[in-house]
Amino acid sequence: MRHLLSAADLDRDAALRVLDTAEQMAATQQREIKKLPTLRGRTVVNLFFEDSTRTRISFEAAAKRLSADVINFSAKGSSVSKGESLKDTALTLEAMGADAVVVRHGASGGAHRLATSGWINGSVVNAGDGTHEHPTQALLDAFTMRHHLVGQREPGAATGEDLAGRKVTIVGDVLHSRVARSNVLLLHTLGAEVTLVAPPTLLPVGVQTWPCATSYDLDSALEGADAVMMLRVQVERMNAAYFPSAREYSRRYGLDARRLRLMAEHTIVMHPGPMNRGLEISADAADSARSTIVEQVSNGVSVRMAVLYLLLAGSDDVDGGTA
Amino acid sequence: MTRARTLLEAPEIGRVLTRIAHELLERNKGAEGLVLLGIPTRGVALAHRLAATIADVEGTQVPVGAIDVTMYRDDLRHHPVRTLERTDIPTAGVDGATVVLVDDVLFSGRTVRAALDALSDLGRPRAVRLAVLVDRGHRELPIRADHVGKNLPTSLAERVRVLLAEHDGRDEVLIEDAGDQR
Amino acid sequence: MTTYLLRGVRPLGADPVDLLLADGVIADVGPDLAADGAVIVDGAGLVALPGLVDLHAHLREPGREDAETVASGTRAAAAGGFTAVHAMANTSPVADTAGVVEQVWRLGREAGWVDVHPVGAVTVGIAGERLAELGAMADSAARVRVFSDDGHCVSDAVLMRRALEYVKASDGVIAQHAQEPRPTEGAQMHEGDVSSVLGLAGWPAVAEEAIIARDVLLAQHVGSRLHVCHVSTAGSVEILRWAKGRGVDVTAEVTPHHLLLTDELVRTYDPRYKVNPPLRSDADVQALRAGLADGTIDAVATDHAPHASEDKDCEWAAAAMGMTGLETALSAVVEAMVDTGLLDWAGVADRMSVRPARIGRLEHQGQPLTVGSPANLTLVDPVGRWQVDPAASASASRNTPFAGRTLHGRVIATFLRGRATVLDGELTGP
Repeated sequence: MRHLLSAADLDRDAALRVLDTAEQMAATQQREIKKLPTLRGRTVVNLFFEDSTRTRISFEAAAKRLSADVINFSAKGSSVSKGESLKDTALTLEAMGADAVVVRHGASGGAHRLATSGWINGSVVNAGDGTHEHPTQALLDAFTMRHHLVGQREPGAATGEDLAGRKVTIVGDVLHSRVARSNVLLLHTLGAEVTLVAPPTLLPVGVQTWPCATSYDLDSALEGADAVMMLRVQVERMNAAYFPSAREYSRRYGLDARRLRLMAEHTIVMHPGPMNRGLEISADAADSARSTIVEQVSNGVSVRMAVLYLLLAGSDDVDGGTA
Repeated sequence: MTRARTLLEAPEIGRVLTRIAHELLERNKGAEGLVLLGIPTRGVALAHRLAATIADVEGTQVPVGAIDVTMYRDDLRHHPVRTLERTDIPTAGVDGATVVLVDDVLFSGRTVRAALDALSDLGRPRAVRLAVLVDRGHRELPIRADHVGKNLPTSLAERVRVLLAEHDGRDEVLIEDAGDQR
Repeated sequence: MTTYLLRGVRPLGADPVDLLLADGVIADVGPDLAADGAVIVDGAGLVALPGLVDLHAHLREPGREDAETVASGTRAAAAGGFTAVHAMANTSPVADTAGVVEQVWRLGREAGWVDVHPVGAVTVGIAGERLAELGAMADSAARVRVFSDDGHCVSDAVLMRRALEYVKASDGVIAQHAQEPRPTEGAQMHEGDVSSVLGLAGWPAVAEEAIIARDVLLAQHVGSRLHVCHVSTAGSVEILRWAKGRGVDVTAEVTPHHLLLTDELVRTYDPRYKVNPPLRSDADVQALRAGLADGTIDAVATDHAPHASEDKDCEWAAAAMGMTGLETALSAVVEAMVDTGLLDWAGVADRMSVRPARIGRLEHQGQPLTVGSPANLTLVDPVGRWQVDPAASASASRNTPFAGRTLHGRVIATFLRGRATVLDGELTGP
């Protein structure tokens, strides 16, 4: 694996390799001494053109637990919003000897451009690009689902297993969601059946070519779901006429106590964060025993450790056999 | 074309493991405080076999586990990225125990060095010993085994392969010309 | 003045014949013409076409001379077989006065590679608010006949109607950049299957089609002439076919890149493929080819849009829209239309020279290759192959979508009023 730009970069074997590696990483994180010497001498740059404290600290923790040197480069707020600066920033990072660049960028394709433009030689990890993808989020979501739905919450029990036949319902602003795009691709690769639920205005034209089903009706899509993932909805979307009001959105597409009761006993509730409590998810749902929202955060570190391990722990010139 | 010849066959492997089990008990004056940690992959199977023999002899089940050393290796950047194996430490832990690291082949000593580092992150054993099925020489670090099944003088051009029933369907130790193997 | 004897060329792909170019005109046509001191050009196997006419190029001067100048852009045009180019109005300052269009026209004359016909802006500053002085531009030395706010749509229906009416007085035409602004705010690429996966804001086909539908109805209502720039969707072709069937005086152009490339290329996120209108689906490409073949689309126009490297060497969203096209246009048409059997060489001459000259009201361009016609012509090796090397481009910019690609059909010679601008496949001095 040279870069991780899209969930589509991972075939089933490569995806399972990340998840299985993450299981081992998760085990090390239960120990008193969590730090491993594995990436000593390697440099990981967190290049964030958008604010995202939670994703940045997750990658930072992952890199540090593996003993990599971490440089945080926040380009937000400076004059870095035009493309030329992406190139100049990349050249700077290259001069600093970055072995991997974890990049969050507001433009779809930002990570792709960084990886393929010839500006840098290191590995590129997409930590979210515009409304395109967020592959490590999808990996941590799949890790969380596998742990609950396949491994029955027994650490490591699901190693080697995929999500065949599991039903996942993803609800919300699919149109603008990089989390949804990466999840649809990865979950399909892992054999899960995905249903996207959103008002018609928030499903992209062309969604019918995606490997998933779509629905406008949340209640019916909760039936039989093994996992329900609520996406963040930005209230500003209202102003662009995607939906009439927060109240109407919440009533039709929010997860509340009544809808919680429609779910099967084992169904988990997920959210990539940050949540808009009261809009797409009620406090009852967010704080219920089914909620894996906090666990997703800790799984994020394990999954990102796995990705950095697989990208950086091997030799540069031998293909490790994954994507 | 790889030429291979057999160095140890199943009955002999059984005998040397039994001997090592007895040596462990003798050295430790019984099974008390022993923890066997196999180094994946085949060291884990060997550790379980040693534990079974000890159980037969002493009637006590010593804790057995696995310690993956991949993330502690010093040669990660010289190979394609390695798949992590499971680390499985017995619930009682290793603090104060006499930990016996078990591996199939002792060669450069670098794996054992990595295992000692991994172990020190897991706790503080009273003592650490090393048991191996085969010592083929060519040490690159000041490391020696406490218990050796068989010393096999080899050349660097040769490769030692340990087959175990648990993984390979049969027990056998082979030596082959490395040729294209490494 | 040098006279040229073009030996054994095939006019519009017909049987070989000799052409004698003297005193700026085609002086003689026939077999085995006597040389009489003329420079002999071996034309064996070469197709002779009337010099190509581009209705739509951005020469960037005045204002962005770092991207292109009239001189560099027209060199590229000559290398591509053109003898006339319409220079779009979105310069800085905008070509919305007689002064600016005359400046561009004069720069073209001085450069001498092709005839440069400035396009006048429809509205002041192409701001879409009030009409520019269309009459003054028409009456200027530049004799502007084509008016366009290209890059921006004249979206206000009242303003569009007035413009269509007003230019009737000078036999002008409004060339509309059909793009409904609101549905394309922030749009990055064709809205469809690929945009859904790439997470790039979609540019719906309907935003183009709705404007074309409105404008053909407006043109019919006021009895005016309308030209539609860079048609890019199957729906637009259908609307145009319908309008022509009803007798609306509408013409349309398609770019070479829309005949050959699709939005699949955007998967690379390489900004070389970012263009307005965006690359569309394969179904659209096929419909555009069919429309050009049956004459629903009248002309191929390059929409040559050079950009400085810093405007393309960046991430997709930050990149400028547009691609160069003057040097590759003919080859692209050969691949899309001739190799596929959709057009013969007479058809190529019609869509790349005759009809664009007629739309632009250029009397000395797009004429038949017969005795007495102005000696504006180009010789093409129909089976020649060449690899596109951006560094070797005559344009000042490098943003060709065909970099590295091997194209068919090479321009071997171009003559502007009997003077060679390209000879032996190389640019000469003007």
